[in-house]
Amino acid sequence: MTLREKIGWGAMSLLGACALAVVAFQRGEHVNALWIVAASVSVNLIAYRFYARYIARNVMQLDATRPTPAIRRADGLDYVATDRNVLFGHHFAAIAGAGPLVGPVLAAQMGYLPGTLWILAGVVLAGAVQDFMILFISMRRDGRSLGELIRMEMGAVAGTIALIGAFAIMVIILAVLALIVVRALAGSPWGLFTVAATIPLAFAMGIYTRWIRPGRIGEVSILGVIGLLLAIVYGGQVAESAFWGPVFTLTPVQLCILMVGYGAVASVLPVWLLLAPRDYLSTFLKIGAIVALAIGIAVVAPPLRMPALTKFIDGSGPVWSGGLFPFLFITIACGAVSGFHALIASGTTPKLIASEGDAPFIGYGAMLMESFVAIMALVGATILDPGIYFAMNSPAAVLGTDAASAAAAVTNMGFAITPEALAQAARDVGETTIISRTGGAPTLAVAMAEIFSNLIGGQAMKAFWYHFAILFEALFILTAVDAGTRAGRFMLQDLIGLAVPSFRNASAIGPGIVATALCVTAWGFFLYQGVTDPLGGVNTLWPLFGISNQMLAAVALILATVVLFRMKRQRYAWVTILPAAWLCLCTITAGLLKLFSSDPKVGFLAHASKFADAAARGEILAPAKTMAEMQRIIFNDRIDAALIALFLGVVVSILAFGIRSCRAALKVDRPTVTEVPPMLVPAE
Amino acid sequence: MTPRIRHLLARARETALMMVGQPSYTAYLRHMAEHHPGHAAMDPAAFFRDREQARYGGKGGGRCC
Repeated sequence: MTLREKIGWGAMSLLGACALAVVAFQRGEHVNALWIVAASVSVNLIAYRFYARYIARNVMQLDATRPTPAIRRADGLDYVATDRNVLFGHHFAAIAGAGPLVGPVLAAQMGYLPGTLWILAGVVLAGAVQDFMILFISMRRDGRSLGELIRMEMGAVAGTIALIGAFAIMVIILAVLALIVVRALAGSPWGLFTVAATIPLAFAMGIYTRWIRPGRIGEVSILGVIGLLLAIVYGGQVAESAFWGPVFTLTPVQLCILMVGYGAVASVLPVWLLLAPRDYLSTFLKIGAIVALAIGIAVVAPPLRMPALTKFIDGSGPVWSGGLFPFLFITIACGAVSGFHALIASGTTPKLIASEGDAPFIGYGAMLMESFVAIMALVGATILDPGIYFAMNSPAAVLGTDAASAAAAVTNMGFAITPEALAQAARDVGETTIISRTGGAPTLAVAMAEIFSNLIGGQAMKAFWYHFAILFEALFILTAVDAGTRAGRFMLQDLIGLAVPSFRNASAIGPGIVATALCVTAWGFFLYQGVTDPLGGVNTLWPLFGISNQMLAAVALILATVVLFRMKRQRYAWVTILPAAWLCLCTITAGLLKLFSSDPKVGFLAHASKFADAAARGEILAPAKTMAEMQRIIFNDRIDAALIALFLGVVVSILAFGIRSCRAALKVDRPTVTEVPPMLVPAE
Repeated sequence: MTPRIRHLLARARETALMMVGQPSYTAYLRHMAEHHPGHAAMDPAAFFRDREQARYGGKGGGRCC
């Protein structure tokens, strides 16, 4: 390092330390959001410059001259050596979704400090390490997928267990994403109209790219965005119309049925008709909205109105139940560490990477960028009046349904707000109510409307920006729902195929329909359960999602540890052991609490037996109104408990397989990994 | 437009297309010319449809939550 670099990085460290100190220790007056942004940018840059480079040079010993799959198997289609900046965009667009936007919003109930610290520490030591390691492992094995990698390095049984885990995660992710959309659109005719309008819009775009001007994605996307903006503007009038307003005002249960039907139909339509064109819109809108949000926060420089820590760090919060450890680390998954990324880092990206030298930028760098998105979401949630935040994110069971009861309940929590302020906040964004709009997305939309209307349009544009934000979130969630249902279908066909080989045929109609139906039923079940849950559903489903996602991350990091042992580089394995151990600790503790905690708010079994005991006495406990509802609550609790038990089983058995593989590797005095040898001449 | 700006725009276009799973058609043609001179390459529309199907229709159409 030259002297100039030393001075530069020294200054960067100083800035980071100062910013962190302000964020952590300033009390009494509002901290400006830019301090969090500054802390995050400097921590990320320092981690990238030093830690990612350390991992690349010492732990992995990357070799820029070693041919990557894109070179070795170049086919101009799947395996294409791609410019590193272009590939960064591809990888980032694939990993950044709703997760990093929602988790931090929910975590804000504990204040901005715990979430900020976990996002920063988590991404540097766990999340980015995981993405980078899996990319590295897959890149050295012809770009194979996570399941295959686990099978290669840890055995067939471990591979199958991981596949089952991945399918369960897919189901929970789809349910929770669909639930977020339901919560955002229920009773919101403006929102529902704009989102529904994207379906015919996508059809038109699909026909355009298929038949009229094949492949003109740029053109069709511009037309599509114009259509979206018109839908948002027109949606305001639809909501006010005496006839159409009520038509688009649906209850959560009606929306749930529509979502399930939509998922089933959309996932069997030809991809060019709905999925692909809407993915263009959602991808470009997502990148555009993220960039706009970054610019907005930098220009507006809003103060954080949420305290650094709230009293809810003790676990009594209304948004989700459970104490800081382990539940904060479960609530913020994407943005800090997300197991789902392991599927992407072993998907298309390793087949496109041009040189091993690009791997730190793609693997580690793109995840840092995602954590920055999570930081922005956290900023969004914490610049709002805490009274508004808790009124939006607490369940109806806590707040009641009207502004007066909600304002009283939130004021009682210690965050003073008046019913008029709540009603005004709803009017500002063009909605009839914002009470109990749980799920994070609406909260973020209010925050984005706040920031964007400060930039463009002022108060008059707030409702437009709110619905723009809702649309952008709903759009990529709906895309994820049909893409996920398709992916889940193939996972299921693979799994059933282990027992019934004929089921594996990807083009056969029968197995395809059966697997699709099973997949939709599975996530539809959890969605319905969430929608009818008086605690808002997010309360139940988000921890399930967080536990499953972190569990997959633990599995990926255990795989990475095994690979390091088998490379005979166990000296450096602390790099993956540290985050793997932390994630195992968090998921196992959270899982055990969810199963066995005696607090019915936390433990599924305690909740079930509370209701079962009451039912045995012939009592009906609120929120159930009939004995049948009591039975359904008990049944749901037991299903959730079984799912948690499955997740625990997956993580514990993979841990055992991992330890066994590491010990076996230690006994051998040479590397035992199954990499593609470096000297292999390129194909042809 | 200076060549530098034109280059940047082309890069941005390539990135946007790659984000939705469409690799460079020129790179594909180059690959076909270099490695399979005897075979006919797909035309742009067929290439587009092939990549679309590969991204969305097949296995591992992965993206994150």
